[in-house]
Amino acid sequence: MLEAIILTIITAATPLLLAAVGELVVEKSGVLNLGVEGMMVMGAVAGFAVTVSTGSPLLGIVGGAVAGVIVSLLFAFVTLTLVANQVASGLALTLFGLGLSGLMGESFVGQPGIKLASLDIPGLTTLPFVGKVLFGQDILVYLSFAAVFGVSWFLNRTRAGLILRAVGDNHASAHALGYSVIGVRYLAVMFGGAMAGLGGAYLSVAYTPLWVENMTAGRGWIALALVVFASWMPWRAAIGAYLFGAVTVLQFHAQALGIGFPSQFLAMLPYLATVIVLVAISGNRRATLFNTPSSLGKPFVPDR
Amino acid sequence: MRLELVKRSEKSRLMSVLSPVVAVALTVVFAGIVFAAQGHSPLAGIWYFFLEPITSLWGVEQLITKATPLIIIALGLSVCYLSNNWNIGAEGQLTIGAIVGSIPPILFPDFVNPLVLPLMLILAMVGGALFALIPAKLKTTFGTNEILTSLMLVYCSNLFLDWMVRGPWRSPQGYNFPITIDFHEWAVLNAVDVGGIYLNLSAPIALVLVAVLAVVMRSTLKGFEIRVLGQSPRAGSFAGFSNRRMTYFAFALSGALAGLAGMMVVMSEIGKLQPVISPGYGFTAIIVAFLGRLNPVGILIAGLVIASSYLGGEAIQTSLQMSSKLATVIQGVLLFFVLAADTLILYKVRLVTGREGEGAHA
Repeated sequence: MLEAIILTIITAATPLLLAAVGELVVEKSGVLNLGVEGMMVMGAVAGFAVTVSTGSPLLGIVGGAVAGVIVSLLFAFVTLTLVANQVASGLALTLFGLGLSGLMGESFVGQPGIKLASLDIPGLTTLPFVGKVLFGQDILVYLSFAAVFGVSWFLNRTRAGLILRAVGDNHASAHALGYSVIGVRYLAVMFGGAMAGLGGAYLSVAYTPLWVENMTAGRGWIALALVVFASWMPWRAAIGAYLFGAVTVLQFHAQALGIGFPSQFLAMLPYLATVIVLVAISGNRRATLFNTPSSLGKPFVPDR
Repeated sequence: MRLELVKRSEKSRLMSVLSPVVAVALTVVFAGIVFAAQGHSPLAGIWYFFLEPITSLWGVEQLITKATPLIIIALGLSVCYLSNNWNIGAEGQLTIGAIVGSIPPILFPDFVNPLVLPLMLILAMVGGALFALIPAKLKTTFGTNEILTSLMLVYCSNLFLDWMVRGPWRSPQGYNFPITIDFHEWAVLNAVDVGGIYLNLSAPIALVLVAVLAVVMRSTLKGFEIRVLGQSPRAGSFAGFSNRRMTYFAFALSGALAGLAGMMVVMSEIGKLQPVISPGYGFTAIIVAFLGRLNPVGILIAGLVIASSYLGGEAIQTSLQMSSKLATVIQGVLLFFVLAADTLILYKVRLVTGREGEGAHA
């Protein structure tokens, strides 16, 4: 029972974690991309489409990431090159992604997908309890953890990470030092797009191998909330994603146990939890302000 | 070769009128490319999508019906966005407004008299406003990001409506369908014949609201306060304006208008509550608000433009056998173009070739 719960928590948390780690890097570079939901849902539809047409879930995952990057470039061009309002452009990306994915996915509704294979190491995966949890996951689960460590290392231990943080904290100074603010931000937004695309592809290739319109169901927005919850620290995003995974799973198990509570109220739990967590975090303003990239959401036009 | 932005010394008045037109023109071109890519004649596609639906009186009637809620909601959102309050949960405020406003005909079905109609509209506005005040209160008290909270509440409100119509409010005569009882005669908006097209009360209400907000924004202190606090909260507080109060005001107003719009949609098109009462009016109204440049008269025009894309989606489905979902794509693209075209108001855009660009740096 406990093992089953842990396994379902992992599957619920992974898409959130992938998207949140990507958005974290984007925000660290000073860009607020509210279009995570749109990039995720595009990743979901592209991941499903590529999987079904090539027969390879691995290619599907790549397709999801590529789709996320392509739509993120739309956002990057409008907000970085044309300095449009980032909040409104992020909303535009979400509305566009939800619309386009619905259109692209119309012919895939009801088609069976192919599930991404899980790791199977003889001897290890069959170990009692820990075997399946540690050695029996699919590649995206491991990738999400690699991303947490990789991004943490990149931001705090590498020169490129330092430049990215400088661009996010004070774009005028970074520009004066000769760094390409816009270039760094383009790369960050594309990374965010790829990660959101992977998160979406996880939903349609690993979580439930199906395409359903709007199947992200607000997970992109929850990922955005996770970044705030994490105070822009990757390992805290992982804790947050697993807490949310647990809340989501609680819902299913409560239903399965036949607790006499309307299912709609249980389904509200992740969204209500997001609101409560955001309130709790914003109450602690000093910690939040300390970590918030100072140039977050501010447009930058290079002068000479 | 790259694009370079040169800041204008002041806002271009010409461009602030022209930029939405540019955006719509680019969207039409985009649509033409999509039609061509799908093997249709671009001109035929553009005709069926943008123009054919409004060539009949029935089409005009549908256009006004769809545009009305969009305009009403977008008016409220424009006040929010102008004052830097990012309410994107209008869809949820619409839903809760419609639920609260439906209390009289559902819980008191024997209370049948002309008072019910205004009572429902008022209750819907109160319900929508109170629901919108939740993110406002969280923002002013805890500094919680209102974008995320207002959006999360949309999911909650839709689930709440779902529970209401399947649970406590399900009609005993509904053959187990998730619907409430039908509203009585004073709880619906009847359409009357206006020169060949049938309209109900909601369209004139929208027009009055446009006029009122246009006057308020142009020539009252409140309109000035909204704009000042949006552009510079610090300057606004020196003038004695309160950011807190403005947040409450903007959220309550947009929530009330979303509730009103939702109630009128239910009262005119559905006549009862059901799990889905809006085709995403609360989200599409965000596009309307920006396309209308957050200006009441602009929103009136933008509402009609966006509403025509709903009709266009249905039209290409019947005439070209294309998916009606293309409409949402075109709406999203339009918002991108609107935001991009707005750059022209503040900047001149120059295409710099390699050599010239280096020369400028030297």
